[in-house]
Amino acid sequence: MLSRRTKAIAALAGAASFALIATGCAAGDDTASEDSGPVELTVATFNDFGYTDELLQEYMDEHPNVTIVHNRAAESGDARANYFQKLGKGGLADIEAVEIDWFAEAMQYSDLLAEAPDSVKGRWLDWKEAAATDGDGRLIGFGTDIGPQGICYRADLFEAAGLPSDRESVAELFDGDWEHFLDVADQYREATGKPMIDSANSVLQGIVNQIEFTYAEPDGNVIATTNPEIENAYKLVTERAIPNSAYPGQWSDDWFASMANGEFATMLCPGWMLGVISGNAADVTGWDIADVFPNGGGNWGGSYLTVPADGENVEAALELADWLTSPETQMKAFANAGTFPSQLEALESDELASATNEYFNDAPTGEILSDRAAAVTVAPYKDADYFKYHDALQNAVTRVFDGAEDQQSSWNTWVAEVEAF
Amino acid sequence: MTSTQTRPTESAPQTDQAEPPARRVRVLSFRQNLSRWDLKVSPYLYISPFFIMFAIVGLFPIAYTAVISLMDWDLVRNSGEFIGFDQYAWILQNPQFWTALRNTFSIFLLSSVPQLIVAIFIAAMLDRNIRARTFWRMSVLVPFVMAPVAVALIFSNMFGDVHGLVNGILTDLGLPAVPWHKDPFWSHVAIATMVNFRWTGYNTLILLAAMQAIPRDYYEAATVDGAGAFRQFLSITLPSLKATLIFVIITSTIGGLQIFDEPRMFDNTGEGGPAQQWLTITLFLYNIGWGEWNFGRAAALAWILFLIILVIGLINLAVTRSLVRDEGARNGRRKKKGVRA
Repeated sequence: MLSRRTKAIAALAGAASFALIATGCAAGDDTASEDSGPVELTVATFNDFGYTDELLQEYMDEHPNVTIVHNRAAESGDARANYFQKLGKGGLADIEAVEIDWFAEAMQYSDLLAEAPDSVKGRWLDWKEAAATDGDGRLIGFGTDIGPQGICYRADLFEAAGLPSDRESVAELFDGDWEHFLDVADQYREATGKPMIDSANSVLQGIVNQIEFTYAEPDGNVIATTNPEIENAYKLVTERAIPNSAYPGQWSDDWFASMANGEFATMLCPGWMLGVISGNAADVTGWDIADVFPNGGGNWGGSYLTVPADGENVEAALELADWLTSPETQMKAFANAGTFPSQLEALESDELASATNEYFNDAPTGEILSDRAAAVTVAPYKDADYFKYHDALQNAVTRVFDGAEDQQSSWNTWVAEVEAF
Repeated sequence: MTSTQTRPTESAPQTDQAEPPARRVRVLSFRQNLSRWDLKVSPYLYISPFFIMFAIVGLFPIAYTAVISLMDWDLVRNSGEFIGFDQYAWILQNPQFWTALRNTFSIFLLSSVPQLIVAIFIAAMLDRNIRARTFWRMSVLVPFVMAPVAVALIFSNMFGDVHGLVNGILTDLGLPAVPWHKDPFWSHVAIATMVNFRWTGYNTLILLAAMQAIPRDYYEAATVDGAGAFRQFLSITLPSLKATLIFVIITSTIGGLQIFDEPRMFDNTGEGGPAQQWLTITLFLYNIGWGEWNFGRAAALAWILFLIILVIGLINLAVTRSLVRDEGARNGRRKKKGVRA
């Protein structure tokens, strides 16, 4: 009830200020953010983008008429629900963060989002920018970070299992395809009796992120259940990754608790995962990261900033989004939260090249993750239903893991689910 | 507004029938007329705020949902295309719907039945002459004050498959760990536990209030006759609680059929489990609406849920009617009325 009322007040205030701006524009000044009085900009993000108060204060110092209000949602699911409830109706923040998982859904409504100025084009990795460009050639997302993956491993557990434990030898050990990766996992299990991998579904995620057309083709043709690559991935994961995995999927309470106690020895590690590990296993020494990934490179995750076109201060918001995703600012965000930059200039900067991570045995994470980013060759095509298909396939793997269904019947259930969509 | 105002004035002459009204109206002064109108119309005006609010926030959404349920609806653009009853057919053909229905009833039974039994016994204990009575009575309500999401968070942690508190204790005792997140039955037990934790105290207080209304003479007489505490409970307390029990059963039925928070918080994805082990109808509804943004299907499911609750409500009503009438006769209310007249 209260929220409904405040919304109404906000709408009223919005209408009033829109009228003010409209009359201001008529007077002949269209750079709203420069000299035409105070502007309040809201920025909505989730998790941790590395946008600290100090960072935002820098911008406010440069632009004395701008006040930034930063709203952080706890997780991207909350942000997603909020985004699509208000998109096109008003009420969103001036700058809204969108996660790559549901970015394709937002792209369906690219006409409701403001276009990024030409001056920022070419700032990002090709595939990062291409994914945010719609059919009409409008760039509507400012790339923030990406998730190039290496392999995080417990050096102490590897040593106990009789495997090489220093970074370079581990990189050599894992050099190869997924079959080879699982061979090593078998070896680890024979030596220790324990699974090597944290979760079966992260292996699935790793494989799927290397397939260009996974569940659908750009012409709308759904290939989810007929794609041999998906069926092979499913078979490989259910037959070989499940016996080598401690958990069916990530993010459960059990999984978080397990990071510290040696139930498994490796994790597929996008840059943002480093913070997850060091945060949940603060007392464990022995975590390290190797510059290698099965079957080449793979990207997992990353976000964009978007500017809803019906906002009150679109011009000023575009300027701020431009600043927030500039290579310099992104490097500061990387230092704050480990979000690996997607800007070419930042990727080449000395600062990134020299970045190390104390927790991961002083690993040169900047250098390693840059290598991993360069190894990414495939930008998977993700349509608006991608999340739905992938989620259902993950459930199929989990059912096999839990013993709720066998491999074939779980696959059949998945096929039936996809047909019902 | 208009309907509530006009109806009584229309019905007034009708009740008076053909001949008398003409004569009566001439006799009455304006002031008398006004007070007569006041008598007829005012009650409707007094209750109208609720019905006006209900029409706006109750009837309109229900009707709007019905319209959307027949359309392929785009939430963001607020527009849709008429497609008839396809969404209803999709839901009724979807095995997930039937699993959700099974889960909902299973969790409902696992929570309501033990909950009411325990609530009655706690209420009976609190009804006795114990020290610091108010303290104990208020204590049972504490879980109800806790936010359901907080309860769900704590309990999901306790029911972890590997590192959970409950399984930790079980394995320490040498018992096998329970597959809380794998087996449908055990997941229902875990979720029902959360519901019971929260609602037992609430039902206890309602039943306690009803118990306090039972005349103490009954118990004194029973004590004189040599009935023990248990016999008194069975022969006096329980029968006197009948009406209150029916109320408690109805409220917990409605609550049980709409169970959402607890299953949603039971794992990190909130989708009801990989094999829909603990998917309930409202959770399914939420996933379709807010997960897939398919408001047409969600609206259709909302209507199906509405019909299910309606059917169960009617069954409840039938049962309540027969039982309460019986109750009224036993209290001799009718006899009293007859005497007065």
